[in-house]
Amino acid sequence: MYAFDFEKPKTVAEAVSALAREDAMALGGGQTLIPSLKQRLAAPSALVSLTGIAEMRGVCTGDDGALCIGGATPHAVVAAEAAGKYPALAALAGNIGDPAVRNRGTIGGSLANNDPAADYPAAVLASGATIVTNTRRIAADDFFEGLFTTALEPGEIIVEVRFPIPARAAYAKFQQPASRFALTGVFVAKTAGGVRVAVTGASENGVFRWSEAEKALSASFSADAIAGLSVPADGMVGDLHGTPAYRANLVKVMTQRAVSAA
Amino acid sequence: MTKVTMTVNGRAVSGEVEGRTLLSTFLREGLGLTGTHVGCDTSQCGACVVHVDGKAVKSCTVFASDVAGAAVTTIEGMANPDGSLGRVQQAFQDHHGLQCGFCTPGMVMSAAALLAENPKPSEADVRHYLEGNICRCTGYHNIVKAVLAASGQDVSGVAAE
Repeated sequence: MYAFDFEKPKTVAEAVSALAREDAMALGGGQTLIPSLKQRLAAPSALVSLTGIAEMRGVCTGDDGALCIGGATPHAVVAAEAAGKYPALAALAGNIGDPAVRNRGTIGGSLANNDPAADYPAAVLASGATIVTNTRRIAADDFFEGLFTTALEPGEIIVEVRFPIPARAAYAKFQQPASRFALTGVFVAKTAGGVRVAVTGASENGVFRWSEAEKALSASFSADAIAGLSVPADGMVGDLHGTPAYRANLVKVMTQRAVSAA
Repeated sequence: MTKVTMTVNGRAVSGEVEGRTLLSTFLREGLGLTGTHVGCDTSQCGACVVHVDGKAVKSCTVFASDVAGAAVTTIEGMANPDGSLGRVQQAFQDHHGLQCGFCTPGMVMSAAALLAENPKPSEADVRHYLEGNICRCTGYHNIVKAVLAASGQDVSGVAAE
């Protein structure tokens, strides 16, 4: 790891000003960033820890009924505190990584990193959540821009994520057993405006919506409704864990499992 | 270098650290508490698990500066005040939950964190909770048995396999 200055501001405003420094980076729980620093894949001049900002931690209910999660809230807290209001999201949070990772890793960190096999992007995209930053609100459909890429500007901080609560929802994850990342994970949410299906782990471009399945499921919310559909293998990830065709098949299988569980 | 202060095993400690100093490095090299082991150094193996404000964390993947002011418990803090083995440690010895012992500090700390959250876990609960702790010797059966025994449950029917 290269040397850097460490800062731990107490407010969002202080964090924004610390991040204005050239090559400064925000640090969430560090469960991805710290291993990357050790590999010298990142070399910030300063790390600005967001975990000491009280206003960015915790789970609450907004005036509009949405579930609001502070950007620096660890996965374990979401798993415990969102269970009553949004059980599918809490279950997803409770199965990220392992317990020690869940005690440190944060929802804002996961979303800002946008790992193509991370769990939270599927929930955010399927739920039609809103990413609230220090400067604006970003709809989930506009936030994810491909592999490790998001709509965030340099120095922009995810302060909060707001999830509208769907009528029914579930996440089905086919887990890579060593890393516990999703080999393919599908989050299905049935909302007043129709069904949304978001897939993580499968595509080379990161999380995406499977619109064909959304249409079929909006007409009939059952696993059988998508029995005749298939996902092309083009653009799916191929690695030692699975071929593109294998992952394409998993997308359908996990969607059906999520629908059955919702 | 900046000064960081925290409570480790009930004792107020402080030391000079760089921004990049990991908690595991501070514990081992700064405080001489070498019971916390660094195995993979990539947050996979769990040998370095300690408690920060009561929660299990991988100390190789946390900066010392980020937990300034926190209460940290390491394997050295798990013995009874008279120096005898604590409940979880004793169960590991009684049920042969270790062979080479390298992963054991992390196993004990994760097991203690589990029992604090869930005092009577099922075998499946124990196996799920220990997913982030890797042991290359035992095949896990006796570790799981030790954790169940530490919870006060009868393990006479749990096969050693």
